[in-house]
Amino acid sequence: MLAIEDLQVKLGDKEILKHINLEIKTGETHILFGPNGSGKTSLLMTIMGYPQYRVTAGKILFKGHDITHMSVNERSRLGIGMSYQRPPSIKGLKTRQMVQICAHDGVDVEGLARQMNFSDFLDRDINVGFSGGEIKRSELLQLMAQDPDLLLFDEPESGVDIENIALIGTTINHLLQRDLKPTADKSKKQVVKERTRMGLIITHTGFILDYITADKGQVLYDGVLACKSYPHAIFKQIKEVGYEECVRCAS
Amino acid sequence: MRELNEKALAAKEKKAALGPDIDLKTFTVEPPPHEALDSLYRLSEGDKKRMLTTGIEASEQGRAGSYIQKDGTAIFSRSMQEGLEVIPIREALKSFDWVKEYYWKLVSVDADKYTSRAQLDLHDGYVIRALPGSKVIYPVQACLYLEKEGLSQNVHNIIIAEEDSELHIITGCATAAHVKSGLHVGISEFYVKKNAKLSFTMIHHWAEDVMVRPRSAGIVEEGGLFLNNYISMKPVKSLQMYPTTHLIGKGATARFYSLLFGSPGTELDVGGRMYLKAEGTRAEIIARAITNGGNIISRGELIGEVPEVRGHLECRGLILKGGTIHAIPELTGRVDGVELSHEAAVGKIAQDEILYLMSRGLTEDEAASTIVRGFLSVDIPGLPQALKEEIDRAVDLSQQEVM
Repeated sequence: MLAIEDLQVKLGDKEILKHINLEIKTGETHILFGPNGSGKTSLLMTIMGYPQYRVTAGKILFKGHDITHMSVNERSRLGIGMSYQRPPSIKGLKTRQMVQICAHDGVDVEGLARQMNFSDFLDRDINVGFSGGEIKRSELLQLMAQDPDLLLFDEPESGVDIENIALIGTTINHLLQRDLKPTADKSKKQVVKERTRMGLIITHTGFILDYITADKGQVLYDGVLACKSYPHAIFKQIKEVGYEECVRCAS
Repeated sequence: MRELNEKALAAKEKKAALGPDIDLKTFTVEPPPHEALDSLYRLSEGDKKRMLTTGIEASEQGRAGSYIQKDGTAIFSRSMQEGLEVIPIREALKSFDWVKEYYWKLVSVDADKYTSRAQLDLHDGYVIRALPGSKVIYPVQACLYLEKEGLSQNVHNIIIAEEDSELHIITGCATAAHVKSGLHVGISEFYVKKNAKLSFTMIHHWAEDVMVRPRSAGIVEEGGLFLNNYISMKPVKSLQMYPTTHLIGKGATARFYSLLFGSPGTELDVGGRMYLKAEGTRAEIIARAITNGGNIISRGELIGEVPEVRGHLECRGLILKGGTIHAIPELTGRVDGVELSHEAAVGKIAQDEILYLMSRGLTEDEAASTIVRGFLSVDIPGLPQALKEEIDRAVDLSQQEVM
């Protein structure tokens, strides 16, 4: 479980997250909505542990550990992984090596790359000259190899062409164990109960909702988490009346 | 010869255009005698180990020929492939008239006191030649080894890829483990003839107080390709070289890659200069420099003399813990229709790259060394896999010192 309690965060001198409370139970996936600059990426980066996001109050608990002041790699090892919107490129580091860095023992890098339709990119320097959609596929490929328990997605659909959006959507669904189906000896309820993966997904366009079944939606507005509801309901509201009105309704 | 000697004598005290001046009197020119070997297995284990760090295989496995010189003596020299000649230069100058047509034809004997010394006190060197049409698939290995403390080793090498031939050379220059100081003067003249392909990969493994003054020049004829790779990842007191390549035939291509590392006390002044003198010629100079306390000057100069030529210069430097990197890229276009470009960057490891890798599970130190390793891995199109592996090995061997 991820639990964020009364979290306040500064970037430089600016307070960017204010009194955030958020709980993602084991097996749950949440969608994070919010306009540009509302602090969505900052929240993900803070959970991942980027040091420029300075926690001034509150705490973050993950799997019972207080991770508020843990380093990025300690969090990664504890089972947090992130799909970045604009990751840096690293010259001379092949995508294949990057996936191997992510991978646990016995991961079939080539096989995963085939699944992501990304085999041709394995020998290219990571993110160098990748298009928006290629970056997303590369990020998902890394997460598949890393296999974390909590997955943070920063706008996974942005820059992805129509052809690949379904691939991205179904892959995320799979990573979050949302695609488990009831079987002869397991009811739907049992399957859901056995789900262990947690997800927090930022979406700007909502397209990803066509592919992902999420448990809850949250709206982040001006550094404050303002609304909790079903993701589709929130998305509908935002489309109809805009963020400002949507948040006003919640307050 | 007399004329060369006279010119050399006149330049005996002539300071070099670049690099700190060296007092030649502090080094002895009398090399000790060494016995010739009938097999490289007879090298001492220490020598084998040291040579291996520069890509020299005592087993000669995967090699087309070998030339090993210890101090002033060519102790081993042979070709194992038809169409390939590997001959000590003093013997070659005595036995074959054609060698004189290549000797001091690209480098001036009176360029400075180092070229002068290489003429007046020649300690051998090699002539490696691929005959017309021959494809030497395996690399030829050549080692210039300094065993005597305080010696000035003066060598002259001539490398010829005849028309339509293909030749790959790996040359390792190293000191024995006990050697602290010495001077290496190396003249190299490269001839890449019509439609020939030559790759020359030089790995240096000197010692803290060794001074090095290579003086090289090359010429590439129509359709020829010259790949020149230079790796210096180990400490050296002062190394200065600025090899010049002339692209004289239509469509000739030259690429010069260098990987440089400067530890505290190391001074490197390395560059490449290429003249694009014929239509359709291509030149590329790529350098990666890392320092953690040493001083590195990374030069590059492209001179476009005719239209329809293209050249690119790239120098990237990383300062890890002190030291300086001075990038000096120069471009000269002398006519309309040249395309020359350069990019240079000197900086540190980017924090966002470190954090990205940390979020995939690496520690901060592991992330930094992964980035540095990537920085030093340059794709060199046309270089055989075996030589890529030698370059990787030389880089990996010094990874610990770099970090």
